[in-house]
Amino acid sequence: MYQYDQYDQAMVDARVAEFADQVKRRLSGDMTEDQFKPLRLMNGLYLQLHAYMLRVAIPYGTLSSKQMHMLAHIARKYDRDYGHFTTRQNLQFNWIKLDDTPEILTDLASVEMHAIQTSGNCIRNISSDQFAGAAADEITDPRPWAELLRQWSSFHPEFSYLPRKFKICVIAAQEDRAAMRLHDIGIQIIEKDGVHGAAVYAGGGMGRTPMIAPLIKEFVPLEDLLSYLEACLRVYNRYGRRDNMYKARIKILIHEIGADSYRAQVEEEFAQVKALGIDPPRAEFDRIAAFFAMPDLDANASDDLDLSHKDFALWVGQNVAKHKAAGHAIVTISLKPIEGIPGDATSAQMDLMADLALQYSHDELRITHAQNVVLPHVRKADLFAVWEKLVAAGLATPNLDLITDMIACPGLDYCSLANARSIPVAQKIADRFADLDRQRDLGELKLKISGCINACGHHHAGHIGILGVDKKGKENYQLSFGGSGAQDVSIANITGPGFDEDGVVDAIERATDKYLAERRDGERFIDTYRRIGMAPFKEAIYG
Amino acid sequence: MVDQLNHTTDTPIVSMDEFLSESNAIAVRIEPGEDARLLLPHLDRLTLVEVAFPKFRDGRGFSSARILREAGFTGTLRAQGDVLIDQLSHMKRCGFDAFAPDVPLNPDHAATALATWPEYYQTAADKAVPIWKLRHG
Amino acid sequence: MKLLTGNDLNTGLVTWWTGKDWSIHIEDAVDVGEDGETIAAAEELARRINGPYVIGGELTAEGPRPAHIKDRIRALGPTVRVDLTLKPNDPSAAERVI
Ligand code: HEM
Ligand code: SF4
Repeated sequence: MYQYDQYDQAMVDARVAEFADQVKRRLSGDMTEDQFKPLRLMNGLYLQLHAYMLRVAIPYGTLSSKQMHMLAHIARKYDRDYGHFTTRQNLQFNWIKLDDTPEILTDLASVEMHAIQTSGNCIRNISSDQFAGAAADEITDPRPWAELLRQWSSFHPEFSYLPRKFKICVIAAQEDRAAMRLHDIGIQIIEKDGVHGAAVYAGGGMGRTPMIAPLIKEFVPLEDLLSYLEACLRVYNRYGRRDNMYKARIKILIHEIGADSYRAQVEEEFAQVKALGIDPPRAEFDRIAAFFAMPDLDANASDDLDLSHKDFALWVGQNVAKHKAAGHAIVTISLKPIEGIPGDATSAQMDLMADLALQYSHDELRITHAQNVVLPHVRKADLFAVWEKLVAAGLATPNLDLITDMIACPGLDYCSLANARSIPVAQKIADRFADLDRQRDLGELKLKISGCINACGHHHAGHIGILGVDKKGKENYQLSFGGSGAQDVSIANITGPGFDEDGVVDAIERATDKYLAERRDGERFIDTYRRIGMAPFKEAIYG
Repeated sequence: MVDQLNHTTDTPIVSMDEFLSESNAIAVRIEPGEDARLLLPHLDRLTLVEVAFPKFRDGRGFSSARILREAGFTGTLRAQGDVLIDQLSHMKRCGFDAFAPDVPLNPDHAATALATWPEYYQTAADKAVPIWKLRHG
Repeated sequence: MKLLTGNDLNTGLVTWWTGKDWSIHIEDAVDVGEDGETIAAAEELARRINGPYVIGGELTAEGPRPAHIKDRIRALGPTVRVDLTLKPNDPSAAERVI
């Protein structure tokens, strides 16, 4: 894992001091809320429905045991003993006091963490593949690239007042586990003539106008990457729309002028920028990359696994993925117990996961965009012990990628922008489909719920998506099918008129029944949907 | 630096349109939507470029400033309008060396704000040596 | 009735105007009539409140009830965590705000 040197630490410490001063000025009246708001947002502090909410960055979703313990500590000391892991690989605390924030940020800084640029119209936390460094299908670890971008984008003087938020994702595997093309800039590290470089996609996003990012540049060599991104951002900063907040994302700019025209402008800008010498030397990348070297895995670890315990075998089959090293595996801890709140974890659960990471996973954890937690480097021989401890903590639900492994945003229970609640719908669906055999029969089924059109719950990218809307003061839910955030990326289509809470659960059941009746060998729900189209599903739902 | 904080000038400042049509002006004002590159052929004769920030949220002026500095503009570059104290450091890095804020800035607060960062991660339009260079000499 | 609400500047907690002060309990809220905006401006200036706004509601046997579900949830707390609401011992409270 990356470790701060004195420069990184000084930057974060400086930010804490700066924000402490800003909080003081706000509380003393030197600053109005209007002036303070963009500043607190750049430090991840929102005002939500019930209190201030603090969003902590987990850069590219990687954290150490010590860092996870610190999150647990903050939950206990300053919040109400829990936190919410988000699709952005961040953690949100829901009950924060303004005058506690400098102290919280100080605590975070003591373990090389921060809340920098987790909100605001700036370059946000860089997201990545939760299996990075462990995945059998990656060509390299994407995280050194992501860390390079984290440093470049932190306190960027030119790009801190962009037209709108800007999200970058970096992956390096064949399978896209991070919804790369639904980001403002998506980067896939690829290999050309034995050299790694970046395929750059731009203009993806969700929100009210979901778009899939087109390819802008096939191959940007490492030594040009920052110049190239600087050019991408400068074109956006100058020409992105600022007249309408809902049209301010880069996706609208690229859609309006066309990918070719955007590409041409970026090339022109790149020609200027490249001459400035802003790209760090290879040695800096190598310095960063050294931190991400594969931990010292047990070379003699065995691939044998005793699967005679039925529940353990179920969990291994569902929540354990292939590691690139023999005798090892990647464990995904589901934060989606049937009665629970998707993505929420108590401080005790955080502590337990941190302990497991230290004991069994070379001190590393990951957060997934599907709101789960990963232990990336576990010896197969240790899987049983890990599982037993997870069972005891209510963290062993074997439902990864099944219908009850839902993404749900906080919705109207917490969010001031929401139109409808997301969590109760998630709970009702989980309850309806609680039977594990039934879930396994339905197979991979990605269900994603957002409480409003902002799409924080990725509903556009759900095999089944649910969007909460306000229908004359009543919560109402629109259903959509056919989205995907994976390498088969697509945007979902709305089925038809919306439903109330129970109605949407019934409709999903009718749709999954239809799928079971229609599916051919090995087809997932989305494959059947793509083959037969919306009409038969519509017929089944609205009859 | 700090004497440039609430900067005033007697030099008449003209709009981009006027400047580009046929004026002999030596000072020009760029609005957020205007293209700073149109000034590049005339940098020699400009002593002051004023970049307008009608709303602090509108960050186009940061790019305008860098474009001018990158092209070698050495005159005064001043940020005018809704300029907030917490933006000074970024503005300075983008090449601004004078400020004409709508609401005068307190020099002590400004000095603190300008000293926020010990070092910087990126190369920008100021003289600061980026952290990666400090690391690798 | 008209209610004045906002979030406490420091704690961020939801509060209601009681006629002379702020309370986290909506039961203490008073009808502000046409004075909401004026009170809001003064209180904001005095830094006792963040983002105050006036909402419609009705007076019921249980006390004031905001017209919009969002403010009813604000008055109670998250419906999915009764233990964290202002009525932790009343499991049906969540049903009633919907
Ligand atoms: C509770 C406070 C939150 C607020 C106020 C909020 C606000 C917003 C807004 C306004 C947008 C739309 C941006 C646009 O279309 O330009 C958005 C998008 C998004 N948010 Fe949130 N959000 C919140 C929580 C979350 C959470 C909990 C997650 C993760 C579960 C999340 C992840 C996202 C994602 C993935 C998007 C879509 C990005 C895109 O449009 O490309 N947000 N959010
Ligand atoms: S989708 Fe809407 S309701 Fe859900 S968290 Fe985002 S802004 Fe809030």
